[in-house]
Amino acid sequence: MKYMLLIHQGTTPTPNSPEDWARLSQDEQQAVYAAYQKINENPGVTAGLGLAPPETATTVRVQDGRTLTTDGPFVETKEALGGYLIFEADDLDAAIELAASIPAASMGGAIEVRPVVEW
Amino acid sequence: MVAPLEQAFRDQWGRVLATLIGLLGDFDLAEEAAQEAFAIAARRWPVDGTPDNPGAWLIATGRNRAIDRIRRDRALAAKTRRLQAPEAAEVEMDDTTIFPDERLELLFTCCHPALATEAQVALTLRALGGLTTAEIARAFLVPEPTMAQRLVRAKRKIAAAGIPFRVPPAHLLPERLDAVLAIVYLIFNEGYSGRGHLAAEAIRLGRALAELMPDEPEAQGLLALMLLLDARREARFRGDDLVLLDDQDHTLWDATQIEDGRTVLDRALALHGHGPYVVQAAIASLHADRPRDWPQIAALYSELSRQTGSPVVELNRAVAVAEVEGPSAGLAIVDSIDLDDYRYLHSTRGEMLRQLGRTDEARDAYRRALDLVHDDAERRLLKRKLAELAG
Repeated sequence: MKYMLLIHQGTTPTPNSPEDWARLSQDEQQAVYAAYQKINENPGVTAGLGLAPPETATTVRVQDGRTLTTDGPFVETKEALGGYLIFEADDLDAAIELAASIPAASMGGAIEVRPVVEW
Repeated sequence: MVAPLEQAFRDQWGRVLATLIGLLGDFDLAEEAAQEAFAIAARRWPVDGTPDNPGAWLIATGRNRAIDRIRRDRALAAKTRRLQAPEAAEVEMDDTTIFPDERLELLFTCCHPALATEAQVALTLRALGGLTTAEIARAFLVPEPTMAQRLVRAKRKIAAAGIPFRVPPAHLLPERLDAVLAIVYLIFNEGYSGRGHLAAEAIRLGRALAELMPDEPEAQGLLALMLLLDARREARFRGDDLVLLDDQDHTLWDATQIEDGRTVLDRALALHGHGPYVVQAAIASLHADRPRDWPQIAALYSELSRQTGSPVVELNRAVAVAEVEGPSAGLAIVDSIDLDDYRYLHSTRGEMLRQLGRTDEARDAYRRALDLVHDDAERRLLKRKLAELAG
Protein backbone atom coordinates (compact mmCIF):
# COMPACT_ATOMS: atom_id res chain seq x y z
CA MET A 1 0.00 0.00 0.00
CA LYS A 2 1.02 3.58 -0.52
CA TYR A 3 0.78 6.06 2.34
CA MET A 4 1.21 9.80 2.38
CA LEU A 5 2.83 11.02 5.57
CA LEU A 6 1.75 14.60 6.23
CA ILE A 7 4.24 16.35 8.45
CA HIS A 8 2.73 18.94 10.76
CA GLN A 9 5.63 20.73 12.39
CA GLY A 10 3.57 22.26 15.22
CA THR A 11 6.08 23.89 17.55
CA THR A 12 9.00 21.83 16.23
CA PRO A 13 12.05 24.05 15.66
CA THR A 14 13.02 24.01 11.97
CA PRO A 15 15.64 25.87 9.90
CA ASN A 16 12.68 27.85 8.49
CA SER A 17 12.80 29.84 11.70
CA PRO A 18 16.51 30.47 12.44
CA GLU A 19 15.73 31.81 15.89
CA ASP A 20 13.93 28.64 17.00
CA TRP A 21 16.43 26.45 15.20
CA ALA A 22 19.29 28.10 17.12
CA ARG A 23 17.72 26.89 20.38
CA LEU A 24 18.78 23.38 19.44
CA SER A 25 22.35 22.33 20.17
CA GLN A 26 24.65 21.39 17.29
CA ASP A 27 24.17 17.72 18.20
CA GLU A 28 20.39 18.05 18.18
CA GLN A 29 20.47 19.79 14.79
CA GLN A 30 22.70 17.04 13.41
CA ALA A 31 20.31 14.42 14.81
CA VAL A 32 17.40 16.01 12.92
CA TYR A 33 19.35 16.01 9.64
CA ALA A 34 20.49 12.43 10.25
CA ALA A 35 16.92 11.29 10.93
CA TYR A 36 15.67 12.81 7.65
CA GLN A 37 18.61 11.36 5.76
CA LYS A 38 17.83 7.91 7.13
CA ILE A 39 14.18 8.29 6.12
CA ASN A 40 15.13 9.39 2.60
CA GLU A 41 17.41 6.38 2.24
CA ASN A 42 14.52 4.02 3.05
CA PRO A 43 13.76 2.31 -0.29
CA GLY A 44 9.99 2.63 0.23
CA VAL A 45 10.17 6.41 0.62
CA THR A 46 9.56 8.91 -2.17
CA ALA A 47 10.71 12.21 -0.74
CA GLY A 48 8.14 14.98 -0.97
CA LEU A 49 8.72 18.68 -0.75
CA GLY A 50 9.10 20.83 2.31
CA LEU A 51 6.80 23.80 2.50
CA ALA A 52 7.60 27.38 3.45
CA PRO A 53 6.08 28.36 6.81
CA PRO A 54 2.29 28.78 7.10
CA GLU A 55 2.64 32.59 7.40
CA THR A 56 3.45 32.57 3.67
CA ALA A 57 0.25 30.70 2.79
CA THR A 58 -2.70 32.11 0.86
CA THR A 59 -6.02 30.31 1.03
CA VAL A 60 -8.34 30.47 -1.98
CA ARG A 61 -12.11 29.91 -2.06
CA VAL A 62 -14.62 30.57 -4.80
CA GLN A 63 -18.00 31.90 -3.71
CA ASP A 64 -20.76 32.75 -6.22
CA GLY A 65 -18.14 32.80 -8.94
CA ARG A 66 -15.91 35.25 -7.08
CA THR A 67 -12.46 34.23 -6.04
CA LEU A 68 -11.86 35.04 -2.38
CA THR A 69 -8.39 34.93 -0.99
CA THR A 70 -7.41 35.04 2.66
CA ASP A 71 -4.01 35.43 4.19
CA GLY A 72 -2.77 32.34 6.00
CA PRO A 73 -3.31 28.60 5.91
CA PHE A 74 -6.68 26.78 5.76
CA VAL A 75 -6.24 25.43 9.28
CA GLU A 76 -4.77 27.16 12.33
CA THR A 77 -1.14 28.12 11.88
CA LYS A 78 0.09 25.66 14.43
CA GLU A 79 -1.76 22.83 12.69
CA ALA A 80 -0.60 23.72 9.18
CA LEU A 81 1.06 21.23 6.90
CA GLY A 82 4.84 21.56 6.83
CA GLY A 83 5.80 18.91 4.33
CA TYR A 84 5.04 15.41 3.17
CA LEU A 85 6.50 12.22 1.83
CA ILE A 86 5.13 9.13 0.15
CA PHE A 87 5.84 5.72 1.63
CA GLU A 88 5.23 2.39 -0.06
CA ALA A 89 4.68 -0.06 2.80
CA ASP A 90 3.20 -3.48 3.50
CA ASP A 91 0.75 -2.20 6.06
CA LEU A 92 -0.20 0.55 8.47
CA ASP A 93 2.17 -0.71 11.17
CA ALA A 94 5.16 -0.08 8.89
CA ALA A 95 3.87 3.40 8.04
CA ILE A 96 3.35 4.20 11.74
CA GLU A 97 6.91 3.13 12.50
CA LEU A 98 8.32 5.40 9.80
CA ALA A 99 6.10 8.26 10.96
CA ALA A 100 7.43 7.85 14.50
CA SER A 101 10.99 8.31 13.20
CA ILE A 102 10.22 11.74 11.67
CA PRO A 103 11.67 14.38 14.05
CA ALA A 104 8.49 16.48 14.09
CA ALA A 105 6.66 13.52 15.70
CA SER A 106 8.75 13.84 18.87
CA MET A 107 9.61 17.56 18.84
CA GLY A 108 6.25 19.29 19.13
CA GLY A 109 4.44 18.33 15.94
CA ALA A 110 2.61 15.29 14.62
CA ILE A 111 2.45 13.14 11.52
CA GLU A 112 -0.82 12.28 9.83
CA VAL A 113 -0.71 8.96 7.98
CA ARG A 114 -3.15 8.72 5.08
CA PRO A 115 -3.51 5.86 2.62
CA VAL A 116 -3.16 7.05 -0.96
CA VAL A 117 -6.16 6.05 -3.07
CA GLU A 118 -5.02 4.02 -6.04
CA TRP A 119 -7.37 4.02 -8.98
CA MET B 1 -32.71 -27.95 20.75
CA VAL B 2 -32.31 -24.29 19.85
CA ALA B 3 -30.37 -23.29 22.96
CA PRO B 4 -27.48 -25.80 22.66
CA LEU B 5 -27.18 -24.94 18.96
CA GLU B 6 -27.01 -21.24 19.82
CA GLN B 7 -24.33 -21.97 22.41
CA ALA B 8 -22.30 -23.93 19.85
CA PHE B 9 -22.61 -20.99 17.48
CA ARG B 10 -21.39 -18.52 20.10
CA ASP B 11 -18.44 -20.76 20.88
CA GLN B 12 -17.50 -21.18 17.22
CA TRP B 13 -18.17 -17.69 15.88
CA GLY B 14 -14.80 -16.07 16.65
CA ARG B 15 -12.77 -18.95 15.31
CA VAL B 16 -14.83 -19.32 12.16
CA LEU B 17 -14.77 -15.58 11.41
CA ALA B 18 -11.04 -15.30 12.12
CA THR B 19 -10.15 -18.15 9.79
CA LEU B 20 -12.45 -16.83 7.06
CA ILE B 21 -10.81 -13.39 7.26
CA GLY B 22 -7.45 -15.14 6.93
CA LEU B 23 -8.68 -17.09 3.89
CA LEU B 24 -10.64 -14.33 2.18
CA GLY B 25 -8.58 -11.31 3.13
CA ASP B 26 -11.67 -9.17 3.66
CA PHE B 27 -13.48 -8.52 6.92
CA ASP B 28 -16.92 -7.76 5.46
CA LEU B 29 -16.88 -10.62 3.01
CA ALA B 30 -15.79 -13.01 5.77
CA GLU B 31 -18.53 -11.77 8.09
CA GLU B 32 -21.21 -12.29 5.44
CA ALA B 33 -19.82 -15.75 4.66
CA ALA B 34 -19.75 -16.70 8.35
CA GLN B 35 -23.33 -15.55 8.82
CA GLU B 36 -24.42 -17.57 5.81
CA ALA B 37 -22.60 -20.68 7.06
CA PHE B 38 -24.25 -20.40 10.47
CA ALA B 39 -27.66 -19.96 8.84
CA ILE B 40 -27.15 -23.11 6.77
CA ALA B 41 -26.01 -24.98 9.88
CA ALA B 42 -29.14 -23.87 11.74
CA ARG B 43 -31.27 -25.45 9.00
CA ARG B 44 -29.25 -28.61 8.41
CA TRP B 45 -27.78 -29.71 11.71
CA PRO B 46 -31.10 -30.40 13.43
CA VAL B 47 -32.01 -32.64 10.47
CA ASP B 48 -28.67 -34.18 9.39
CA GLY B 49 -27.03 -34.17 12.81
CA THR B 50 -24.10 -32.05 14.00
CA PRO B 51 -20.94 -32.73 11.97
CA ASP B 52 -17.93 -34.32 13.71
CA ASN B 53 -15.95 -31.12 13.45
CA PRO B 54 -18.48 -28.26 13.53
CA GLY B 55 -15.85 -25.51 13.29
CA ALA B 56 -14.21 -26.92 10.16
CA TRP B 57 -17.65 -27.57 8.63
CA LEU B 58 -18.64 -23.93 9.20
CA ILE B 59 -15.36 -22.58 7.82
CA ALA B 60 -15.46 -24.79 4.72
CA THR B 61 -19.11 -23.92 4.09
CA GLY B 62 -18.55 -20.21 4.58
CA ARG B 63 -15.52 -20.17 2.35
CA ASN B 64 -17.27 -22.11 -0.42
CA ARG B 65 -20.28 -19.79 -0.21
CA ALA B 66 -18.05 -16.74 -0.47
CA ILE B 67 -16.37 -18.10 -3.58
CA ASP B 68 -19.72 -19.05 -5.16
CA ARG B 69 -21.02 -15.61 -4.50
CA ILE B 70 -18.02 -13.94 -6.06
CA ARG B 71 -18.21 -16.14 -9.14
CA ARG B 72 -21.88 -15.28 -9.50
CA ASP B 73 -21.44 -11.62 -8.98
CA ARG B 74 -18.71 -10.28 -11.20
CA ALA B 75 -19.55 -6.79 -10.10
CA LEU B 76 -17.51 -7.53 -7.02
CA ALA B 77 -14.39 -7.34 -9.14
CA ALA B 78 -12.21 -5.79 -6.47
CA LYS B 79 -12.96 -8.57 -4.03
CA THR B 80 -12.33 -11.26 -6.66
CA ARG B 81 -8.89 -9.88 -7.25
CA ARG B 82 -8.10 -10.35 -3.62
CA LEU B 83 -9.33 -13.93 -3.78
CA GLN B 84 -6.84 -14.78 -6.50
CA ALA B 85 -4.18 -14.81 -3.80
CA PRO B 86 -2.45 -18.22 -3.76
CA GLU B 87 -3.96 -19.39 -0.47
CA ALA B 88 -7.46 -19.14 -1.95
CA ALA B 89 -6.63 -21.49 -4.82
CA GLU B 90 -9.17 -24.01 -6.05
CA VAL B 91 -8.78 -26.39 -3.15
CA GLU B 92 -11.73 -28.46 -1.97
CA MET B 93 -12.36 -27.87 1.70
CA ASP B 94 -14.63 -29.83 3.97
CA ASP B 95 -14.95 -30.60 7.65
CA THR B 96 -11.82 -32.77 7.61
CA THR B 97 -9.61 -29.84 6.56
CA ILE B 98 -7.44 -28.59 9.38
CA PHE B 99 -7.74 -24.83 9.65
CA PRO B 100 -5.35 -22.68 11.68
CA ASP B 101 -6.79 -20.87 14.68
CA GLU B 102 -6.47 -17.18 13.78
CA ARG B 103 -8.45 -15.67 16.64
CA LEU B 104 -5.29 -14.05 17.98
CA GLU B 105 -4.69 -12.29 14.65
CA LEU B 106 -8.29 -11.12 14.72
CA LEU B 107 -8.00 -9.87 18.29
CA PHE B 108 -4.88 -7.83 17.51
CA THR B 109 -6.61 -6.39 14.44
CA CYS B 110 -9.72 -5.40 16.40
CA CYS B 111 -7.61 -3.81 19.14
CA HIS B 112 -5.32 -1.89 16.78
CA PRO B 113 -4.48 1.51 18.26
CA ALA B 114 -5.29 3.23 14.95
CA LEU B 115 -8.96 2.55 15.78
CA ALA B 116 -10.85 4.63 18.35
CA THR B 117 -11.15 2.88 21.72
CA GLU B 118 -14.95 2.61 21.50
CA ALA B 119 -14.60 1.08 18.02
CA GLN B 120 -12.04 -1.42 19.34
CA VAL B 121 -14.43 -2.45 22.09
CA ALA B 122 -17.40 -2.84 19.74
CA LEU B 123 -15.43 -4.68 17.10
CA THR B 124 -13.92 -7.09 19.64
CA LEU B 125 -17.35 -7.93 21.05
CA ARG B 126 -18.79 -8.40 17.56
CA ALA B 127 -15.92 -10.31 15.95
CA LEU B 128 -14.70 -12.48 18.82
CA GLY B 129 -17.59 -12.42 21.27
CA GLY B 130 -20.16 -13.04 18.55
CA LEU B 131 -22.53 -10.46 20.04
CA THR B 132 -24.99 -8.95 17.60
CA THR B 133 -24.90 -5.25 16.80
CA ALA B 134 -28.18 -4.85 18.73
CA GLU B 135 -26.71 -6.54 21.81
CA ILE B 136 -23.61 -4.34 21.76
CA ALA B 137 -25.73 -1.22 21.27
CA ARG B 138 -27.86 -2.18 24.29
CA ALA B 139 -24.80 -2.90 26.43
CA PHE B 140 -23.33 0.55 25.73
CA LEU B 141 -26.67 2.36 25.81
CA VAL B 142 -26.42 3.78 22.30
CA PRO B 143 -29.01 3.49 19.51
CA GLU B 144 -28.51 0.49 17.27
CA PRO B 145 -27.90 2.53 14.08
CA THR B 146 -25.12 4.42 15.89
CA MET B 147 -23.43 1.17 16.86
CA ALA B 148 -23.90 -0.25 13.35
CA GLN B 149 -22.28 2.87 11.93
CA ARG B 150 -19.39 2.58 14.38
CA LEU B 151 -18.74 -1.01 13.32
CA VAL B 152 -18.98 -0.21 9.60
CA ARG B 153 -16.58 2.70 9.95
CA ALA B 154 -14.06 0.59 11.91
CA LYS B 155 -14.13 -2.22 9.35
CA ARG B 156 -13.77 0.30 6.54
CA LYS B 157 -10.71 1.78 8.21
CA ILE B 158 -9.13 -1.66 8.68
CA ALA B 159 -9.41 -2.26 4.93
CA ALA B 160 -8.64 1.25 3.67
CA ALA B 161 -5.77 2.09 6.01
CA GLY B 162 -4.11 -1.31 5.69
CA ILE B 163 -4.32 -2.43 9.32
CA PRO B 164 -2.59 -5.82 9.17
CA PHE B 165 -4.27 -9.11 10.09
CA ARG B 166 -1.49 -10.65 12.14
CA VAL B 167 0.06 -11.06 15.54
CA PRO B 168 2.48 -8.11 15.77
CA PRO B 169 6.20 -8.84 15.43
CA ALA B 170 8.32 -9.05 18.60
CA HIS B 171 9.36 -5.38 18.71
CA LEU B 172 5.72 -4.22 18.61
CA LEU B 173 4.22 -7.03 20.68
CA PRO B 174 4.57 -5.69 24.25
CA GLU B 175 2.81 -2.41 23.40
CA ARG B 176 0.10 -4.09 21.33
CA LEU B 177 -0.54 -6.79 23.91
CA ASP B 178 -1.03 -4.05 26.50
CA ALA B 179 -3.66 -2.53 24.23
CA VAL B 180 -5.49 -5.86 23.83
CA LEU B 181 -5.42 -6.52 27.59
CA ALA B 182 -6.70 -3.00 28.24
CA ILE B 183 -9.67 -3.48 25.89
CA VAL B 184 -10.64 -6.80 27.48
CA TYR B 185 -10.36 -5.29 30.97
CA LEU B 186 -12.38 -2.27 29.87
CA ILE B 187 -15.17 -4.60 28.72
CA PHE B 188 -14.95 -6.41 32.06
CA ASN B 189 -15.25 -3.17 34.03
CA GLU B 190 -18.25 -2.06 31.99
CA GLY B 191 -19.82 -5.32 33.12
CA TYR B 192 -18.57 -5.14 36.69
CA SER B 193 -20.53 -1.98 37.34
CA GLY B 194 -23.81 -3.83 36.88
CA ARG B 195 -24.10 -5.25 33.36
CA GLY B 196 -23.02 -8.78 34.25
CA HIS B 197 -23.17 -10.27 30.77
CA LEU B 198 -20.33 -7.98 29.65
CA ALA B 199 -18.18 -9.24 32.53
CA ALA B 200 -18.90 -12.82 31.46
CA GLU B 201 -18.04 -11.87 27.88
CA ALA B 202 -14.73 -10.33 28.99
CA ILE B 203 -13.89 -13.50 30.92
CA ARG B 204 -14.59 -15.58 27.80
CA LEU B 205 -12.25 -13.32 25.82
CA GLY B 206 -9.68 -13.48 28.62
CA ARG B 207 -9.85 -17.29 28.61
CA ALA B 208 -9.32 -17.39 24.86
CA LEU B 209 -6.38 -15.01 25.15
CA ALA B 210 -4.79 -16.99 27.99
CA GLU B 211 -5.21 -20.17 25.97
CA LEU B 212 -3.79 -18.60 22.80
CA MET B 213 -0.82 -17.00 24.61
CA PRO B 214 -0.02 -19.64 27.23
CA ASP B 215 3.47 -18.25 27.92
CA GLU B 216 2.39 -14.64 28.41
CA PRO B 217 2.14 -13.97 32.16
CA GLU B 218 0.07 -10.79 31.82
CA ALA B 219 -2.57 -12.61 29.74
CA GLN B 220 -2.82 -15.18 32.56
CA GLY B 221 -2.74 -12.36 35.13
CA LEU B 222 -5.68 -10.56 33.52
CA LEU B 223 -7.78 -13.74 33.41
CA ALA B 224 -6.96 -14.50 37.05
CA LEU B 225 -7.85 -10.94 38.06
CA MET B 226 -11.21 -11.02 36.29
CA LEU B 227 -12.11 -14.43 37.72
CA LEU B 228 -11.23 -13.36 41.26
CA LEU B 229 -13.14 -10.07 41.08
CA ASP B 230 -16.13 -11.60 39.35
CA ALA B 231 -16.31 -14.35 41.99
CA ARG B 232 -17.50 -11.68 44.44
CA ARG B 233 -20.18 -10.33 42.10
CA GLU B 234 -23.17 -11.89 43.91
CA ALA B 235 -22.03 -10.35 47.20
CA ARG B 236 -21.46 -6.84 45.80
CA PHE B 237 -25.12 -5.92 45.71
CA ARG B 238 -27.92 -6.40 48.20
CA GLY B 239 -31.01 -5.70 46.16
CA ASP B 240 -29.86 -2.60 44.29
CA ASP B 241 -27.55 -1.49 47.07
CA LEU B 242 -23.79 -1.65 46.84
CA VAL B 243 -22.07 -3.65 49.58
CA LEU B 244 -18.43 -2.88 50.39
CA LEU B 245 -15.92 -5.72 50.52
CA ASP B 246 -15.68 -5.60 54.34
CA ASP B 247 -19.44 -6.00 54.73
CA GLN B 248 -19.90 -8.70 52.09
CA ASP B 249 -21.39 -12.07 52.97
CA HIS B 250 -18.63 -14.39 51.79
CA THR B 251 -20.93 -17.35 51.60
CA LEU B 252 -22.16 -15.59 48.45
CA TRP B 253 -18.69 -15.68 46.89
CA ASP B 254 -18.17 -18.23 44.16
CA ALA B 255 -15.56 -20.48 45.79
CA THR B 256 -15.01 -22.58 42.68
CA GLN B 257 -14.30 -19.49 40.63
CA ILE B 258 -11.89 -18.18 43.28
CA GLU B 259 -10.02 -21.50 43.10
CA ASP B 260 -10.06 -21.26 39.32
CA GLY B 261 -8.64 -17.72 39.48
CA ARG B 262 -5.92 -18.78 41.90
CA THR B 263 -4.88 -21.66 39.64
CA VAL B 264 -4.49 -19.22 36.76
CA LEU B 265 -2.61 -16.81 39.03
CA ASP B 266 -0.21 -19.61 40.00
CA ARG B 267 0.46 -20.21 36.31
CA ALA B 268 1.23 -16.51 35.83
CA LEU B 269 3.58 -16.54 38.82
CA ALA B 270 5.28 -19.70 37.56
CA LEU B 271 5.98 -17.75 34.35
CA HIS B 272 7.72 -15.16 36.56
CA GLY B 273 4.96 -12.66 35.91
CA HIS B 274 5.11 -9.47 37.95
CA GLY B 275 3.36 -6.99 35.64
CA PRO B 276 0.37 -4.90 36.68
CA TYR B 277 -2.33 -7.51 35.96
CA VAL B 278 -0.46 -10.25 37.82
CA VAL B 279 0.06 -7.96 40.82
CA GLN B 280 -3.61 -6.90 40.81
CA ALA B 281 -4.67 -10.56 40.62
CA ALA B 282 -2.40 -11.36 43.57
CA ILE B 283 -4.05 -8.54 45.53
CA ALA B 284 -7.54 -9.78 44.58
CA SER B 285 -6.53 -13.26 45.74
CA LEU B 286 -5.37 -11.92 49.12
CA HIS B 287 -8.64 -10.01 49.47
CA ALA B 288 -10.47 -13.34 49.24
CA ASP B 289 -8.71 -14.63 52.38
CA ARG B 290 -10.12 -14.30 55.92
CA PRO B 291 -8.41 -12.84 57.87
CA ARG B 292 -6.67 -10.71 55.30
CA ASP B 293 -2.90 -10.34 55.12
CA TRP B 294 -2.89 -6.54 55.13
CA PRO B 295 0.91 -6.05 55.29
CA GLN B 296 1.24 -8.20 52.16
CA ILE B 297 -1.62 -6.33 50.44
CA ALA B 298 0.02 -2.99 51.29
CA ALA B 299 3.35 -4.23 49.90
CA LEU B 300 1.72 -5.32 46.63
CA TYR B 301 -0.09 -1.98 46.25
CA SER B 302 3.25 -0.30 46.81
CA GLU B 303 4.72 -2.36 43.95
CA LEU B 304 1.72 -1.60 41.73
CA SER B 305 1.97 2.09 42.53
CA ARG B 306 5.65 2.03 41.52
CA GLN B 307 4.76 0.32 38.21
CA THR B 308 1.80 2.44 37.24
CA GLY B 309 2.36 5.78 39.00
CA SER B 310 -1.43 5.82 39.38
CA PRO B 311 -2.91 7.97 42.15
CA VAL B 312 -5.88 5.57 42.32
CA VAL B 313 -3.50 2.75 43.23
CA GLU B 314 -1.90 5.02 45.82
CA LEU B 315 -5.35 5.52 47.35
CA ASN B 316 -5.78 1.75 47.62
CA ARG B 317 -2.36 1.52 49.23
CA ALA B 318 -3.50 4.12 51.78
CA VAL B 319 -6.45 1.89 52.74
CA ALA B 320 -4.14 -1.10 53.23
CA VAL B 321 -1.64 0.95 55.23
CA ALA B 322 -4.49 2.21 57.43
CA GLU B 323 -5.38 -1.41 58.21
CA VAL B 324 -1.77 -2.17 59.20
CA GLU B 325 -0.68 1.04 60.93
CA GLY B 326 -3.96 2.75 61.79
CA PRO B 327 -6.13 5.45 60.20
CA SER B 328 -3.76 8.38 60.73
CA ALA B 329 -1.01 6.67 58.68
CA GLY B 330 -3.58 6.02 55.94
CA LEU B 331 -4.89 9.58 56.09
CA ALA B 332 -1.36 10.96 55.69
CA ILE B 333 -1.09 9.12 52.37
CA VAL B 334 -4.60 10.13 51.25
CA ASP B 335 -3.79 13.78 51.92
CA SER B 336 -0.71 13.56 49.71
CA ILE B 337 -2.72 12.36 46.68
CA ASP B 338 -3.72 14.91 44.08
CA LEU B 339 -7.09 13.55 42.95
CA ASP B 340 -9.63 16.08 44.13
CA ASP B 341 -12.36 15.12 41.62
CA TYR B 342 -12.29 11.45 42.51
CA ARG B 343 -15.25 10.47 44.70
CA TYR B 344 -13.50 7.48 46.28
CA LEU B 345 -10.74 9.73 47.57
CA HIS B 346 -13.31 11.67 49.57
CA SER B 347 -15.30 8.65 50.75
CA THR B 348 -12.05 6.98 51.86
CA ARG B 349 -10.99 10.15 53.65
CA GLY B 350 -14.43 10.30 55.28
CA GLU B 351 -14.08 6.76 56.60
CA MET B 352 -10.59 7.41 58.03
CA LEU B 353 -11.67 10.68 59.65
CA ARG B 354 -14.67 8.91 61.16
CA GLN B 355 -12.39 6.28 62.69
CA LEU B 356 -10.24 9.08 64.13
CA GLY B 357 -13.34 10.63 65.72
CA ARG B 358 -13.08 13.78 63.55
CA THR B 359 -16.80 13.63 62.80
CA ASP B 360 -17.30 17.11 61.32
CA GLU B 361 -14.46 16.67 58.85
CA ALA B 362 -15.73 13.18 58.03
CA ARG B 363 -19.15 14.63 57.24
CA ASP B 364 -17.62 17.24 54.91
CA ALA B 365 -15.62 14.55 53.12
CA TYR B 366 -18.68 12.32 52.58
CA ARG B 367 -20.64 15.31 51.30
CA ARG B 368 -17.88 16.10 48.84
CA ALA B 369 -17.98 12.46 47.64
CA LEU B 370 -21.75 12.69 47.32
CA ASP B 371 -21.39 15.77 45.09
CA LEU B 372 -19.18 13.80 42.72
CA VAL B 373 -21.15 10.55 42.49
CA HIS B 374 -23.21 9.61 39.43
CA ASP B 375 -24.29 6.10 40.26
CA ASP B 376 -27.52 5.63 42.27
CA ALA B 377 -26.28 2.62 44.24
CA GLU B 378 -23.16 4.51 45.29
CA ARG B 379 -25.21 7.56 46.22
CA ARG B 380 -27.40 5.49 48.55
CA LEU B 381 -24.30 3.96 50.13
CA LEU B 382 -22.80 7.37 50.86
CA LYS B 383 -26.11 8.62 52.27
CA ARG B 384 -26.18 5.62 54.63
CA LYS B 385 -22.64 6.47 55.77
CA LEU B 386 -23.63 10.09 56.38
CA ALA B 387 -26.71 9.03 58.34
CA GLU B 388 -24.56 6.75 60.52
CA LEU B 389 -22.32 9.71 61.35
CA ALA B 390 -25.29 11.76 62.46
CA GLY B 391 -26.45 8.94 64.74
